[in-house]
Amino acid sequence: MSETAANPRRIPDRLSGRGMAALQSWESLLVVVAIAVFVANTLASPYFLDPYSLSDATYNFTERAMIGFAMALLIISGEIDLSVASIIALASTAMGAAAAAGFGIPVLVVVALVVGLVCGAFNGFLVTRLGLPSIVVTIGTLSLFRGIAFIVLGDQAYTSYPSGFSWFGMGYVFWVVTFELVLFVVFAVIYGIVLHKTNFGRQVTVIGNNPTAALFSGIRVARVKFILFLLTGVMSGIAAVCLTARLGSTRPSIALGWELEVVTMVVLGGVNILGGSGTIPGVVLGAMIMGMVTFGLGLLNVPGTVMSIFTGILLIAVIALPIVWRRVRTRMRT
Amino acid sequence: MKAFRKIVMAAAVSAMAIGAAHAADKTKIALVVKSLGNGFFEAAHEGADEAAKKLGDVQVIYTGPTDTTAEGQIQVLNTLIAQHVDAIAISANDKDAVVPTLKKAMQRGIDVISWDSAVAPAGREMHLNPSSNELIGQTLVKLAQQALPDGKGKIAILSASATATNQNTWIAAMKDQLKDHPDIDLVTTVYGDDLSDKSYREAEGLMKSYPDLKAIVAPTSVGIVAAAQAVEDAGKTGQINVTGLGLPSEMAGHVKTGASKSFALWNPIDLGYAATMIAYQLATDKAEAKDGATIDIGRLGSVKLDSDNEGVMGEPFVFNADNIDKYAKMY
Repeated sequence: MSETAANPRRIPDRLSGRGMAALQSWESLLVVVAIAVFVANTLASPYFLDPYSLSDATYNFTERAMIGFAMALLIISGEIDLSVASIIALASTAMGAAAAAGFGIPVLVVVALVVGLVCGAFNGFLVTRLGLPSIVVTIGTLSLFRGIAFIVLGDQAYTSYPSGFSWFGMGYVFWVVTFELVLFVVFAVIYGIVLHKTNFGRQVTVIGNNPTAALFSGIRVARVKFILFLLTGVMSGIAAVCLTARLGSTRPSIALGWELEVVTMVVLGGVNILGGSGTIPGVVLGAMIMGMVTFGLGLLNVPGTVMSIFTGILLIAVIALPIVWRRVRTRMRT
Repeated sequence: MKAFRKIVMAAAVSAMAIGAAHAADKTKIALVVKSLGNGFFEAAHEGADEAAKKLGDVQVIYTGPTDTTAEGQIQVLNTLIAQHVDAIAISANDKDAVVPTLKKAMQRGIDVISWDSAVAPAGREMHLNPSSNELIGQTLVKLAQQALPDGKGKIAILSASATATNQNTWIAAMKDQLKDHPDIDLVTTVYGDDLSDKSYREAEGLMKSYPDLKAIVAPTSVGIVAAAQAVEDAGKTGQINVTGLGLPSEMAGHVKTGASKSFALWNPIDLGYAATMIAYQLATDKAEAKDGATIDIGRLGSVKLDSDNEGVMGEPFVFNADNIDKYAKMY
């Protein structure tokens, strides 16, 4: 909160208490939006509040949100990775080739993780060792990684996955709780702890705020950023396992355009696109809102074209609302 | 926590009850297309609505993703499953990727068929093909013959590439048909590789080599346009008729000049109509999708299923000066 910066004439007589700060935070706004979306969906469609429907609805965000957590850290550090969807395509293609060669499920998972790691390392190397801007590097690798998948597969598809493999994409752990949902929660907790409770997370935020100051205060900036690229790569590999298992097949066009959906989720979750701030609970809420809005509109059979307009407006509205609100409030006080 | 679960369960049960009540009113058929905003599929929607009107107690849900991705289609399918639609008729973006989701739909009692672009057999009860190779061959010969003076003369085929599977099958079917038409002389088959300029040059070559050529049959949407253009440019409109398979929007101009008297392709209105008719009968248990079954498709006759549970709607639809304007606007 930087009311003082926005309006120098207002001199605060006391710092607002912890509770007040929490109430005014981005996350509480998102909670309100999430509840509003949930209630609106329930009222609008009789089918929304069905355990199986809600379970199906989670597929609208789980895979993308897993990448979103790693992307959040990367964006907070002031970098970005636009090649994540292409890493999915490449990892999925490698898995398909391994499955076609007769390897079992553990090998497939390892293959996807290794491909993710290698792609992440490649991005990280170009950005941190050669000092190239990450947006340029990852736009390049966006074409490169998917290009390799297209060369390997052309207009063909890998479909010979082992029978138990689909569990990663459609299996239930208990009742209607899917494996993907459990994975989503586990990663949310891990990334939340890493960002908010560890030295490493602190360093990520500091780097995003001022990389030069971070460097001079003894943080190994390049190393931290390299690790973050590895993380987005590995998370894309994990998402590739889930998505491939869910589709039961691999085509080079898999997950086309997901990089922007991941970035949208992260930004909606309150991560500053310029780096320096953001929270994991925010990303969780952002992902769930995106998922619920698209699923709710789908239940009403709103055409996808209208839906994308709607999500665009939602994004702008959620970001503009606090800024407008702050302006209005300061105007009322003067 | 327990109380919350109870509330959710109660709400879910009541929601399902409402859902069931809805379903009792009307049979809900979802027409899932590759992408929205495509004239071909808008026309199929028109046909589906026509079928719904004829059937009476049917609600058609026309839906699809914004771009032709399997993930987008799966997202749409999940919302349809949640709505407990009675049947899904899909033109698939990816014949394999939608299978797991469609299997889930069938497990939950939804009848699933594919049309236009097929789904792998595991993910659907049956597939509706717009036409068959034999019927296409038959139609092409018929169109060529209709425009020949006295029904006899020399014709040539302008195909895509020499290795194009579809075109070769259709040409073989044509040759089969031609055995019964000794008056029609198929002089040669040339290949334009589905490139406009190469097809154009091949058509020019045909006119030079066979000055008394009466018709060019091009079973490819690129070739037919190039051939019609070549005939017009050579000033042979009226002497040589161009026919084959093509898109109405691309051929409208050449039909107007007279270079092409008629040509054929699938009619998306009929496809949407037939898919809806079949989906309705499967959903209401008036028909069953199995080997050898015959399913009624209203004004279009009936569809007979083969051992792969695939059926054929009928002959390709013929476009001529009378109807070209209507279809040129669609696709």
